[in-house]
Amino acid sequence: MLILDHLWIILALPLLGAAINGLLGKNFRKPIVNAVGIGSVSVAFLSVAELVREFMRLSAGQIPWVKSYFTWITAGQFKVDFALQVDQLTIVMLFVVTFVSLLVHIYSTGYMAHEEGYYRFFSYLNLFVFFMLTLVLAANVVLMFVGWEGVGLCSYLLIGFWFLKPSAISAGKKAFITTRIGDFGFTVGILLLFWTFKSVDFRTIFAQTLHMQPEAFAPAGVLTLICLLLFTGAIGKSAQLPLYVWLPDAMEGPTPVSALIHAATMVTAGVYMVARMNPLFSRAPFAMFIVALVGALTAFYAATIGLVQTDIKKVLAYSTVSQLGYMFLGLGVGSYAAGVFHLMTHAFFKGLLFLAAGSVIHAMGGDQEMPHMGGLRNKIPVTFWTMLIATFAIAGIPGFAGFFSKDEILEAAHSAPHASTLLWLLGLVGAGLTSFYMFRLVFLTFFGEPRYDEHKVHVHESPKSMTVPLILLAILSTVGGWVAAPHLVNGPDYFSNFLSPVFTAYPAAGAIVNEGAAPESASMVLLHALTGWPVIIALLGLLVAWWFYIKSPETPKKFAQSLRGPYTLILHKYYADELYNAAIIQPLLWVSTNVLWHVVDEGLIDGTVNGVARVARESGAELREIQSGNARSYASWVVIGAVGVTLLMLGLWGMGR
Amino acid sequence: MNLVPISYYLVLSAILFGLGIVAFVFKRNIITIFMAIELMLNAVNLAFVAFARAHNQLDGLVFVFFVIVVAAAEAAVGLAIVITVYQNRRTLNIEQINLLKF
Amino acid sequence: MSLPFIVFFICALVAVGGALMLILAREPIHSALSLVLVMISLAVLYLLLGAEFIAAVQIIVYAGAIMVLFVFVIMLLNAGIEERTDYSKLAKYAGLPLGMFLLLELAHWMAHSAVGATIANGSEAANTAASTRELSTQLFQKYLFPFEATSILILIAILGALVLAKKDE
Repeated sequence: MLILDHLWIILALPLLGAAINGLLGKNFRKPIVNAVGIGSVSVAFLSVAELVREFMRLSAGQIPWVKSYFTWITAGQFKVDFALQVDQLTIVMLFVVTFVSLLVHIYSTGYMAHEEGYYRFFSYLNLFVFFMLTLVLAANVVLMFVGWEGVGLCSYLLIGFWFLKPSAISAGKKAFITTRIGDFGFTVGILLLFWTFKSVDFRTIFAQTLHMQPEAFAPAGVLTLICLLLFTGAIGKSAQLPLYVWLPDAMEGPTPVSALIHAATMVTAGVYMVARMNPLFSRAPFAMFIVALVGALTAFYAATIGLVQTDIKKVLAYSTVSQLGYMFLGLGVGSYAAGVFHLMTHAFFKGLLFLAAGSVIHAMGGDQEMPHMGGLRNKIPVTFWTMLIATFAIAGIPGFAGFFSKDEILEAAHSAPHASTLLWLLGLVGAGLTSFYMFRLVFLTFFGEPRYDEHKVHVHESPKSMTVPLILLAILSTVGGWVAAPHLVNGPDYFSNFLSPVFTAYPAAGAIVNEGAAPESASMVLLHALTGWPVIIALLGLLVAWWFYIKSPETPKKFAQSLRGPYTLILHKYYADELYNAAIIQPLLWVSTNVLWHVVDEGLIDGTVNGVARVARESGAELREIQSGNARSYASWVVIGAVGVTLLMLGLWGMGR
Repeated sequence: MNLVPISYYLVLSAILFGLGIVAFVFKRNIITIFMAIELMLNAVNLAFVAFARAHNQLDGLVFVFFVIVVAAAEAAVGLAIVITVYQNRRTLNIEQINLLKF
Repeated sequence: MSLPFIVFFICALVAVGGALMLILAREPIHSALSLVLVMISLAVLYLLLGAEFIAAVQIIVYAGAIMVLFVFVIMLLNAGIEERTDYSKLAKYAGLPLGMFLLLELAHWMAHSAVGATIANGSEAANTAASTRELSTQLFQKYLFPFEATSILILIAILGALVLAKKDE
């Protein structure tokens, strides 16, 4: 029971690493920085492995395992402990976070080898891991929010890592501010949560929900309101419509950051949060519908933008936004396990995609534009093959990880209680688009003739520190989905079964928890899966991409010419940033300058303070004129005083008689 | 025997005091102002003597004695100051001796 | 209309007239002489009130020494008609009304006070014979300390006057 009793160790190690590297790292040589950074995360990962072993030996009644270490806040009824909890969902998240973090750390030793501020990078990365683990291990909403905010902070720090670059600074600010808008909704949600349940502890809250009926399908009712507010936080943090605008800009940060934070872990915090709060969401059907709708729309919308981007990282960014939409779609239709499953597989293949893209960029000497690439597959084979595997995974080619998770989600969408056809259709078309633009990426980058000057750019394979993580992630992208594979032959879905206690512990009458379709015979199920729409559309996307970029490369240009309007719209990302700027930012700036600054700050506040001083000065100036040096006037004042006192004596003090 | 009621003396004292104040405020020569002060003191002396008579006590008269003595001392020193001021400022107009101001 | 009344009114008129002349005179010397007139009339009033010693002291010290000192200083400084400066607006406009108001108020108060109606009681003889002796007894017994203190006060005044009026060597 070593780790279960001392869960804080998992948190303390990355924090320690961050502190050591941050405070002392300036003087360390690179190997020491590496040792501290990678060491802390690897020990955390080993602790998680040990934790899993101990967890498996717990009985059902001991789960969720909660350990409270000290009382952090007490204010009347509001009590928040530093309490950590472990259940199956936590285990999945811990595994994903620590493993992918470890691989990114190792990768970074190669990628960031020639960078200034090497120690600072690792310090921030460790700090991020600490906060993410806090978020995942928290046993109450407030501690989770601490982790939530902390990862936002680290995201800001890491996006703006090259802080001398203005675009990086702006991107960091944009990320922080946009997620802040969502966090505001989240905070109000926490307040409402506490007000309703008188506690912020998960177990306490969920136990109270057992007595609650599911609410009506309407934007009313306290549970629906809480869930919607919490979901706005997820919209911000997990880059859904309309708060996704920060994620493409976040590509200004180093590629390992994009891989870890903006693909595998931080952006999945929203998904984790909704999954964790499933007893509440299950009782708020309208909120679930909104979750699914936002997810599906985002999945489709972001996929359309990804079709025409030329920066390799931007394609992957929009792809991330789109895939997160799928996760929310899965959660929103009641298939929580499918959403979390896709979270896990996505962490593997998207992390791999970003790391491989980093490898490509490294090979190209820093160039990220795909029109400058081409024909790289023979020059950087390891990168090519791993990226290809990841592309198969994301496109949903059968056998690879993404296929299983995406298939589950689309199937669940099919049998959703509200607007199932629309959701399913959005998801399906989005999957097709995903397949297309991912294969477009591969074909443009690795196939065809080189479009760069071979004398200027020396393409070389990356060092082992970068390729080994690629290979490990490629393996996981392949086998990672097989935990659900037996489901296809009517066997047990190990993953969903493992997670089901989390999602069925607080069952609501008539709640929508979608855990599977009607049983058919084994072979029928397999055939059905292999020839279902998702597979067809994935292969269709592959085919069209092959046609566009290998068979007849002039087709894209002709297509763009004929559909000039829509093409320009998509190329400029539906003018979303311009729209936000005009509709929100400029008016806000106007109000801030003209009202808040001139009127309130200068007029009222400065006016009041300066006014007081001015009154004092002016009245003093008036009053000092009394001391004129003229004795006659002094005498007059004395007489006035005498008259006054006499009047007082006669009148007020009654000495007249 | 109809003696004069004490209140008559007190009214006279008040009148003299008021006139002394008016003189103090209106006159510009320092020495004249000093004399106005002496007038006020005299008015007060009259009031004291009247009250001493009214209560049939001698304490009022003792006080008058002391007032006269102090007035004498004050006049001596005050006029010495006036002379010094005149030697420096060459004017006896109190409105032109106004350096003690803001 | 007995003799004390007539004497009182004459002396009162003279005193008030002297005070008015003090205000209205243009030369300081005229003011000084009017003040002497006031003092003399007040001395008579003291006599009416039965305070002969005080009346005598008034004439000797006040009218005879202090006012002489005033006159000497006026002559020494050659104080002439004063210039008509009016730097203080407050004194110009508010001085007279306020002064008159104070005057009338005090007079009214005195006129209607509880004490004022008292007629000097007791026989004149009883007061006069013993008054000076009584007074001196009080002065040297009950009020000995103030008496000695005032002698020191006079000493200081002499020194002060000497120092102030000395010419710078």
